[in-house]
Amino acid sequence: MITVLYAVAVLAILGAIFGFILAYASKVFAVETDPRQEAIHEALPGANCGGCGFAGCGNYAEAVVKNGAPCNKCAPGGADVAQKISAIMGVEAEHTEPMVAFVRCSGGNRAATKYNYVGIDDCAADYASLGNGMHYCVNGCLGHGNCVKACKFDAIHVVGGVAVVDREACKGCEACKNACPKDMIVMIPYAARFAVPCHNVEKGAITRKFCEMGCMGCKLCEKKCPHGAIHVEHNLSSIDYSKCQHCGICFDVCPRNLIKQFDKEIPYVAAASDNTITEN
Amino acid sequence: MSFGEIVSLALGAILIENFIFSQFLGICPFMGVSKKVDTAIGMGVAVTFVMTVASIFCYIVNEFLLVPLHLEFMQTVAYILVIASLVQFVEMFLQKMIPSLYQALGIYLPLITTNCAVLGVALLNTQNGYNFLGSVVYGFTGGLGFLLAIVLFASVRERMDATSECPKAFEGFPIALIAAGLIALAFMGFSGLKI
Repeated sequence: MITVLYAVAVLAILGAIFGFILAYASKVFAVETDPRQEAIHEALPGANCGGCGFAGCGNYAEAVVKNGAPCNKCAPGGADVAQKISAIMGVEAEHTEPMVAFVRCSGGNRAATKYNYVGIDDCAADYASLGNGMHYCVNGCLGHGNCVKACKFDAIHVVGGVAVVDREACKGCEACKNACPKDMIVMIPYAARFAVPCHNVEKGAITRKFCEMGCMGCKLCEKKCPHGAIHVEHNLSSIDYSKCQHCGICFDVCPRNLIKQFDKEIPYVAAASDNTITEN
Repeated sequence: MSFGEIVSLALGAILIENFIFSQFLGICPFMGVSKKVDTAIGMGVAVTFVMTVASIFCYIVNEFLLVPLHLEFMQTVAYILVIASLVQFVEMFLQKMIPSLYQALGIYLPLITTNCAVLGVALLNTQNGYNFLGSVVYGFTGGLGFLLAIVLFASVRERMDATSECPKAFEGFPIALIAAGLIALAFMGFSGLKI
């Protein structure tokens, strides 16, 4: 009987002592956290996508409170969250234009290949192998889908050997942009209606051999654009979205039918040729 | 305790009686946080730290409280109490004093409270009758063994995820368990080691 009493007493005393030590320690070692940090963390979507440039939502909340990071960095949350954070921090919300990812390539299976790549199914591995990847075009999408793996919102898929962004699902977190070893992905305004899905800087004659798509730098779009919003540099056309009025003339005049119109999706057309180049 | 005995105890704890691969203690964190080498190192270091400190305190509680009062049967309960409080205390201490280390260990520190390798090392210390130095050495090197095992396994898993195509039925956890079993088989080779 006495042993049982001892056992109970010893445990109770041990527990009480540890309890007091912990209670005292929690006072001594209390770390003050800013209540605003908690509030911001609550307001964030909690996807931990890293699109803001911080390790996760928690780190971003901390950076906003402690280091004065901008309130509008959260892409998945958009304007709503930016407003909430601004309200918590007591500053005016800056206007943020929603951005979405865009893949600057439409070649994929329609671009000629130098060899058959059978290595690891990974863009970086392919890019690091012989001659910067399997395509003749060194500026094209490799289609192994590093961006697909990086996307937390199921907004990017590989269709016909090239990554395609689902603009409705895209939250603009830039995770795919950071995952791409070839810098194929850029952020464009969600409001944009047209874009040039090519990143190739070779001359037109060479591009023609490489790829059924591919900008040849003919400058027709640049000449016809009434707003001066599209320019050809290094044989590659690019749209300046600060000037673009979405009139669609560039889309109409492009002899390669390369320029993409977002509100009128053109279904993917399989390669007509067998993707081989005959050296002449 | 001579130097030779300490070395043999250490080698035994790291390789021959590896906590994970021979004694199958602490399998939960071993499977749970071994997807990436970075996090595996974090977990391994945290476990090593807590196992060492737990060995010290459990030895003191056993030697100066339980044994004199003939309450050896209370060891398990008392040790759990000691370890849980200890982990809580260490967490608070680190958060205040060494925030960088606290950040690095992150979620793993509180997780260790329920790690059976930590309780195991305390109980084994008593079972094997190690003295104070022996307990500390066994706790520390047992933790190092855990670190070695989890880092090895995380490397294997990282490589497996990146390179190999796995049959659908084995994807994820099953293939990880099989890989762990194969590494454990390899570690059986050390059991022939006589020091």
